[in-house]
Amino acid sequence: MNGPIDEAESLRALFVKALANRSFLTGLIITSIIAAMALVSYVWVPYDVTYLPVTNRMATPSAEHLLGTDHFGRDIFSMIMVGARNSIAVAFIAVAMGISVGVPLGCWAAARRGWVDEALMRFNDVVFAFPALLSAVMITAIFGPGAVNAIIAIGIFNIPVFARVARAGALSIWPREYILAARTAGKSATQITVEHILPNIANLLLVQGTIQFALGILAEAGLSYVGLGTQPPMPSWGRMLFDAQTRMIVAPHLAIFPGLAIVVTVLGLNLLGDGLRDMLDPKLRRQR
Amino acid sequence: MTTYILKRLGIGILTLVFASMIVFAVLEIVPGDPARLMLGMNATEDAIAALREQMGLNQPLAVRYIAWLGGFVVGDLGRSYTYSVPVLDLVADRVAVSLPLAVIALVLSTLVAVPVGIFSAARRGRFADTVAMGTAQLGVAVPNFWFALILVYIFAVWLRLVPAGGFPGWAGGAWPALKALILPAIALALPQAAILARVTRSALIEVMGEDFIRTARAKGLPAGRVLWTHALRNALIPVLTILGLQFAFLLAGTIIIENVFYLPGLGRLVFQAITQRDLIVVESVVMLLVASVIVVNLLVDLSYAAVDPRLRTR
Repeated sequence: MNGPIDEAESLRALFVKALANRSFLTGLIITSIIAAMALVSYVWVPYDVTYLPVTNRMATPSAEHLLGTDHFGRDIFSMIMVGARNSIAVAFIAVAMGISVGVPLGCWAAARRGWVDEALMRFNDVVFAFPALLSAVMITAIFGPGAVNAIIAIGIFNIPVFARVARAGALSIWPREYILAARTAGKSATQITVEHILPNIANLLLVQGTIQFALGILAEAGLSYVGLGTQPPMPSWGRMLFDAQTRMIVAPHLAIFPGLAIVVTVLGLNLLGDGLRDMLDPKLRRQR
Repeated sequence: MTTYILKRLGIGILTLVFASMIVFAVLEIVPGDPARLMLGMNATEDAIAALREQMGLNQPLAVRYIAWLGGFVVGDLGRSYTYSVPVLDLVADRVAVSLPLAVIALVLSTLVAVPVGIFSAARRGRFADTVAMGTAQLGVAVPNFWFALILVYIFAVWLRLVPAGGFPGWAGGAWPALKALILPAIALALPQAAILARVTRSALIEVMGEDFIRTARAKGLPAGRVLWTHALRNALIPVLTILGLQFAFLLAGTIIIENVFYLPGLGRLVFQAITQRDLIVVESVVMLLVASVIVVNLLVDLSYAAVDPRLRTR
């Protein structure tokens, strides 16, 4: 975008910028910790989450059980670790779904304009009328609840979001002179999109991806809370909060820790997104 | 302006028609016979045949779609087979809970968020701005149903100021009903208020950087007047857009929040309908919610014309 820059130098500049950006740094650290927790849970958890020592029900936090135990005696810290895996997987696949369908659609609309563009915008209007929760309600009414249906419901809602961002980004790139040069050189719209448009809108997509990731975590938690998402015995943060609700009076810690896990994860992702946007979009940074 | 309004109206109607097709189609792609699915494994063939007849499943697809859509327009949503009453009656009862809930939440979030956004923009970069935006950042990350649980714990269990759940109905007076809705409304409003405050702030800051603001300042207008009369009006469009989008999320959010507080609204209705496999009710409620989202967004688009004089001349 800014002409040829030595790549190593620009990487170093980006690294310096990253270290100076508090939002980005905090977000990165939080997100890394949560991701690490999820990864570690595949090989090690303090206690097996399928083991139900009911004699040790609803124990308060102690050295033995860092965050206490739930109504089946399961270790809450272990459940939060395994739940992280689940939340991240659902949100990640839903974002991937939004990108893989939405970005090509948005780029296509920007390249073709005319009726293709108009049709895409109308399609967006329609999908936007179905908040993830409503599509989830419809999908589960027919196919039954489950993590896969939650992914589909959240993913469908992500499609118009990415289509819109990709279209807006691509529209701002198409009138540039180097695109004109590429066109006169005989490159097709597809080639131009892949070689010039996509690399230039990657920043935008990355920032939007972080935001949708955070929204996906929230949506998954909400769906699991009302019983439309991940099903027991697989631990999920939303489900843990549902189980905690009726027992909150005797054991408030059951409701506090899974909720905090959601807040911290979403906060981390949002900070990461804000930081990325500041770093990658110089125009926005000036405005702040 | 007439062209603008007509175009928006046309798009709104088109969106409604497409959305209705999607909702209708979803019921059509049910694996197997919807009547059999609704009645369960042990249903007799006679019962299934009767339900098929009642649902009109023996007619061609296009005829059924037109009949369904036509019914929707005149307020005939069909009959719930679990409750054996017209769906419209069921829905009307529940709307009396969900709609006030969503509206109170919207009003609350706007009343809090817009002033905070303006305040933050006016004190950009200072301590108060940092605190306000830090709080907003946190507010965006808090799931509303978790916030609801915390509110219940503090205000219902601990302080015993409001009921922890349930709804006394409007018949017993407005105050007990409002008291039952206040915690759910606050829980719903928090994340929306946080987003709205951020949008208001950044929209204002963007407008404050424009040339006409510099001109207004240069001609000696006091800073407060520039902010309130020049900048705010121009920052309204993004704020209105978000408000429209938020209404959709608020309506969807009521589905979850009603379950936290055991409120007999549309959300509870839809969940009961799902477990009872009462697909006619599910279909009607979803269509109703989708339609209200589309109508609200249309109203927002039309209100641009009132806010932005440039659109009026088109």
